[in-house]
Amino acid sequence: MRHFVIVGVLIAVLTPLIYLGVRAVNLMPIEASIQAIPVDWMWNMDMGPIAFLFALIMVPLVYSLIVFRRRKGDTGDAEHVEGNTTLEITWTVIPLMIVIVYAYLGAYTLGETRVVDPNALVINVTAHQWDWSFDYPEGFTSNELHLPINKQVVLKMQSLDVIHSFWVPEFRIKQDVVPGHVTEYRITPDLLGAYTVRCAELCGVRHAYMERPVIVTSQSDYDSWVQQQATAAAALVAKGGPDAGKALVAQNGCAACHSIDGSKLVGPTWRGLFGSQVKLTNGKVVTADEAYLIESIAKPSAKVVDGFPDGVMPIFNLTDSQINNIVSYIETLK
Amino acid sequence: MKKFFSSALAKGLIWQLFGWIIGAVFVTLIRLLMGLKVFDIFFFTEPAWVFGGFIGVLFFIGGSGIVNDWFKWAKGEETSDHHEDPDGWEKYINVSLDHKVIGIQYTITSLFLLVVGGSFALIFRTELAQPGLQFLTLQWYNTLMSLHGIVMIIGILVGVAGVINYLVPLLIGAQDMAFPRLNAFSYWIAVPGIVLLLSSLALGGFDTGWTGYPPLSARAPVGMQMFFLGVFTAGWSSILGGLNLLATTVRMRAKGMVAFRMPILVWAAIATSIITLTATQSIGLSFQLVMFQRLFGMGFFDSAKGGDPILFQHLFWFYSHPAVYVFVLPGLGVISELIPVFVRKPLYGYRWIAMSSLGIALVGFLVWAHHMFASGMNQYLQVPFMYSTLLVAVPTGVKFFSWIATIWKGKIETPTPMLFVVGGIVVFLIGGLSGPPNATVATDLHLTDTYFIVGHFHDTIFGGYVFPFFAAIYYWFPKATGRRMKESLGKIHFWLMTPAFLTLTFLMMRVGMLGMRRRIADYDPALGFAGYHLVMTIAGFLIALSILIFFINFFSSIKNGEKVIGNLWNSRSPEWQVPSPMPVHNYDRPFEVIGEPYDYGLAGSEYIKFTKGK
Repeated sequence: MRHFVIVGVLIAVLTPLIYLGVRAVNLMPIEASIQAIPVDWMWNMDMGPIAFLFALIMVPLVYSLIVFRRRKGDTGDAEHVEGNTTLEITWTVIPLMIVIVYAYLGAYTLGETRVVDPNALVINVTAHQWDWSFDYPEGFTSNELHLPINKQVVLKMQSLDVIHSFWVPEFRIKQDVVPGHVTEYRITPDLLGAYTVRCAELCGVRHAYMERPVIVTSQSDYDSWVQQQATAAAALVAKGGPDAGKALVAQNGCAACHSIDGSKLVGPTWRGLFGSQVKLTNGKVVTADEAYLIESIAKPSAKVVDGFPDGVMPIFNLTDSQINNIVSYIETLK
Repeated sequence: MKKFFSSALAKGLIWQLFGWIIGAVFVTLIRLLMGLKVFDIFFFTEPAWVFGGFIGVLFFIGGSGIVNDWFKWAKGEETSDHHEDPDGWEKYINVSLDHKVIGIQYTITSLFLLVVGGSFALIFRTELAQPGLQFLTLQWYNTLMSLHGIVMIIGILVGVAGVINYLVPLLIGAQDMAFPRLNAFSYWIAVPGIVLLLSSLALGGFDTGWTGYPPLSARAPVGMQMFFLGVFTAGWSSILGGLNLLATTVRMRAKGMVAFRMPILVWAAIATSIITLTATQSIGLSFQLVMFQRLFGMGFFDSAKGGDPILFQHLFWFYSHPAVYVFVLPGLGVISELIPVFVRKPLYGYRWIAMSSLGIALVGFLVWAHHMFASGMNQYLQVPFMYSTLLVAVPTGVKFFSWIATIWKGKIETPTPMLFVVGGIVVFLIGGLSGPPNATVATDLHLTDTYFIVGHFHDTIFGGYVFPFFAAIYYWFPKATGRRMKESLGKIHFWLMTPAFLTLTFLMMRVGMLGMRRRIADYDPALGFAGYHLVMTIAGFLIALSILIFFINFFSSIKNGEKVIGNLWNSRSPEWQVPSPMPVHNYDRPFEVIGEPYDYGLAGSEYIKFTKGK
């Protein structure tokens, strides 16, 4: 009997110790979204039974290994106890009840993360190997995701090639970006700061580096940023040419595969490309003139350069004038 | 040397290479005639490599001789029931019909794969010790990381088969498995599969992780196809092995061995085999579909052709979740089998433990989409799969509580096998407790695709398979060889591996929660993870050192271990009632079951009685 008492006391003491210990170490990043609150609440709720179950198994185990160790000279067997039906039913039914309660809590917290604000700000996100770009409703594309604080935003996400995943640890929720689908990511940032979105689904060789800034600012700072971006974008569109092209190249992440300094990456370098002789995979040699460059952007598989893989470059959502601007920028690269 | 080159292994491998080339040349010639491209960066084109790989497997089967008896039967010829195996080590590289030899073949292969997969891990863990890329390219990192996963998984499947094949006939009093030739086939088919898998290293590797999700896997290098074909081939081992085990346990038990008088490990084997027999096809199918998408342009998972990448994930995980129960159910069965021996008390709640293995196997089929909570699948699936996933905790809890109740007030001794049993319980407990946050959707949306998951599954796999696997080897080595492994080295193995492993996985969970994603070759130093990674790498090397000590112990004990011919552990189990090493035909007299398997402490009780019989 005293064994039970000692073990019971140890479990009763160890459980809160473990629980408080786990809570004391900051296991999670800071909470920077409203959706993080139910996630962290659920995590903390999980810690209760986890601390208890850890103690419940470990204490009797360690206690037994010490106290019930075979004494020297004792060669007999232990007591012939086969089981206890009531106990076995109990330790099936009680965990079952706990499971049901926790599943309910899980569904509840999931619902909390999914609350929809019908007036949410809509921003379109494009993911592709290996960059992110963000299309704002005000008519510009940025490589930085600026968000106003305390306002729900719904990101509508598309992938141009393979599965990616949008994740900001401080926001908690992650959502895969799947070709052929538009997946939604609803978030309400509630802490000013500079965060990073990093792709969370293995998407090829440069998966580790597929990241962009996520900046949460005040509403007024956000509005001025948007205004500034929209004006600059409109000006570039009006101007056209290499400057507009250069901005488009930055937005669409072409540098992930095409260098401008001559180094060979996943795709051919653009340095000195315009006007040069290019050998294709079918053995033919062509001149990289304007028509070639336009076609290579619109239809990447039409003329694949020898030594480079087909089927890797996605088809971007670019208008004809955008393609022309990009080409005019490429032409400037000697 | 001569013994090696005349072995089934050597012949199989040489014929596999030959068949590979013939198949590749065949496709190349057809392509030539069709006016298609015939050469590519790896000399042959992808279709040539794939078809060649397939023909290579067929040639391996033919060349190794595994199907010779069946061919004879097809021709109406008789074959002998038993094949006499040669005396020395060469029997392990030839076709044997003896389940004990096959069990050892599986086990040695599993240890080999553990070393290969572990070496890959050491390489990329060294790269990860510091931020920045020190010596691996991104492509090499992804390939080594992916191969680490699948090599270890095949190693586990093969190790599980080793434990089950060696032990189950002994435990039920049978002379062999129901289908000895099928048993040999099941082992040998895994070998060309492993060759294909490892050949991916020479064919551009693959950068998708072992999960092989399209569209990325549809555009990966040729090595991807070798991965798909290799796993497809090795899967046959699981399916046919499961079939054999079920037939054996249904039909070949000793007289008096009713269901609830079977050793608990047999229940675990049955539950495991139900899964391997029925679920493996799903991963084979999903891989085959990607192979066809690549080879024939069939757009199963290509949205431009009306397909959906998420379909792959459903098909893939429909097997791959039950697969993890294949990994752990046998090990949990080993734990249940060994505890009574070392605490001299009955297995508490034996019948309910037996049922819990079946319960885990059943519920395990209903949870697969918990791997897909963030995948973009239909949102309504999230909550039901959360319920079913949390439900698995119930039969698993039954095992834990029963183990503690068995150990409680026992008379406990802790030689090396028992150390690994206890270590397995502790590590599996931590793995299991890190499960519910993953099962719960809201928390999983933070944790999925991070190192938290990596820590979770390393804990469950080590606790449910690796620790019990070592326990089983230390425990049954004397039965197989008539000698025991050195206790001192066994203790060093345990005390070095366990703290290192716990450190590794606790740190994995920590960095994962803080933002460390999975499957990345490099991480931002500003995240502050560098110190953790350095410690994790050191832990990995300590684990490797402990396993090296194990191997030294294992191989030197075969020749020089202390001789043990009797019932070393004083077990009630049938196999220990006959001398060691186990006689070739197992039991020269049959036995009848006259009592309960775990009636330790019941004076005068016997489990089996040998009868006069043929």
